[in-house]
Amino acid sequence: MVEWNYNTEYRHSYAEDSPFFTALGKGKLIGSKCKSCGFKYGTYRKYCMYCGSETDDIELPLQGKIHSFTTCYYSGETFRGDVPYTLVLVEFPGIDSLFMSRLFMRNGEKPEIGMDIVAQFKKFQTFTVNDVYFVPA
Amino acid sequence: MVDNQRKVYMIAGGMTPFKKINFKEDFRLNVKHSLDYALKDSGMKTGDIDGSVSAYFSDHLQGQLIAGAMSNDFIGLAGKPSKRIEGGGATGGLAFQTAYEEIASGTMDTCLAYGFENMSHVGTWRGNDIIALGSDASFDYPLGGFYTAYYALMATRHMYEFGTTEKQMAMVSVKNHGNAMHNPYAQAPMNITVEDVMNSPVVSTPIKMLDICLMSDGAACAILASEDVAKSYSGKPVLIRSIGSSSDTMRLADRPFGEVPLLPNENTDMYSNLKYPGVHSFRAGRLAARMAYGKAGITNPEKEIDFAELYDAYTSSEIQAYEDMGFCPYGHGGKFIEDGRSMLDGDLPVNMEGGLQASGHAIGATGIMQAVYAFWQLQGTIHKHLGNSRLQVKNPQRGLIHSHAGTGAYEAVSIMEAV
Ligand SMILES: [Zn+2]
Repeated sequence: MVEWNYNTEYRHSYAEDSPFFTALGKGKLIGSKCKSCGFKYGTYRKYCMYCGSETDDIELPLQGKIHSFTTCYYSGETFRGDVPYTLVLVEFPGIDSLFMSRLFMRNGEKPEIGMDIVAQFKKFQTFTVNDVYFVPA
Repeated sequence: MVDNQRKVYMIAGGMTPFKKINFKEDFRLNVKHSLDYALKDSGMKTGDIDGSVSAYFSDHLQGQLIAGAMSNDFIGLAGKPSKRIEGGGATGGLAFQTAYEEIASGTMDTCLAYGFENMSHVGTWRGNDIIALGSDASFDYPLGGFYTAYYALMATRHMYEFGTTEKQMAMVSVKNHGNAMHNPYAQAPMNITVEDVMNSPVVSTPIKMLDICLMSDGAACAILASEDVAKSYSGKPVLIRSIGSSSDTMRLADRPFGEVPLLPNENTDMYSNLKYPGVHSFRAGRLAARMAYGKAGITNPEKEIDFAELYDAYTSSEIQAYEDMGFCPYGHGGKFIEDGRSMLDGDLPVNMEGGLQASGHAIGATGIMQAVYAFWQLQGTIHKHLGNSRLQVKNPQRGLIHSHAGTGAYEAVSIMEAV
């Protein structure tokens, strides 16, 4: 057995999803609304998963509720230094689908389904989905 | 759909034992060993096979592209038609269905479906990373995405909607590890208690170490054939009665909140307040099952299925699958295990050989491993292949195999019957 490294620098473009990532720098969460069926997405997508129609950008509320959560004590290698961390699925009022994000609790608090949470934005943009995260409202 | 297809039989199967690390044999030799077993068992020769379908999930895990073609020439099938099928954790299940289609359509009279994965090339943490790339690389993975977390988000919501408990999840682990005690192919046979599972390290709340499937090295294969060919071999063929598959959004966050696709033994009143699938259930699993049941004429799966090999990547997902497959109504999955119904001596045994939890999960091989176990069960030959009869379901007539990709982005359900 021999060992060899398998590292590759990927050029990952957000392409048609770029408006979402740009908006995070302006403190805005952008979702999508289907032009033909009206379905409102909590996670940005340029085309509707039901009818394939193009969507319009919509501004999402910054406050929502915890739909589900989990605290990770293990992870993939890349995030090994981050454990433990908490992931949430966020439901927004009036929006038909969810958004996945990290949740940061204040000391001693425990996440619960239905808890009100609010979006926070990183000061210095990393241009990843981590530019937004949630805290208890 | 016009039903003008030919009947398809499984006439042989084989697999390697599943191991955590197997540096003594590469994927090609794993495939060959599983095939040698199947050929010997059925009295067939390599030359009797018209073509093949290969199944492996990840080029990143394998470190070798076009590994299907490499296996193919290694086992003496160079020059015969072959293709690779990939569909995450459903890879093996979908490859089995592709081989079915080769026979049903009349393209081939015998087709070999083989699957393999060698997950030990990378460490567990790196393996988690690679598998997590099977989620949206822009919106999910960079959050610290990893599959246990995604299934944990689903389990948390299942517990909230239906009152499922961590203890019920632990019972699945106890059952599957215990069953594997009688299976020499299994990677992790264990006599454990609910307390052992509850006390194992928390990986991603509420999922603990002993709620999670294994990462394995191994291979499995199934030889499928037309009716005429099946009759010409002395072994005991098993009918593949029907296949079903479906898909759902890759991102959990995109899952809608609609109505339950009902099975014939269900009605809308049962689910008047349930928003479906949300993240508590696997819609693709339900739709795949419904398709397979429709084609097989099954109207009450709870009564008409004698055993099942379900995709227990996590103990929670086995409970969810009881419901998706219609073995019990939505919300009753926890009670289904608690009442012992999926135990070896229950009325609908599930994962008798240990499932992904204890038998092993060499991703591309898994769906085919399930087919091989179901084949032996329906043949009544568990004793011959495992060296004891402890896991043999009594006189089974019909079994179901089920696998999924991602958090149910693809799902495959196949129904097999004794003849
Ligand atoms: Zn639409």
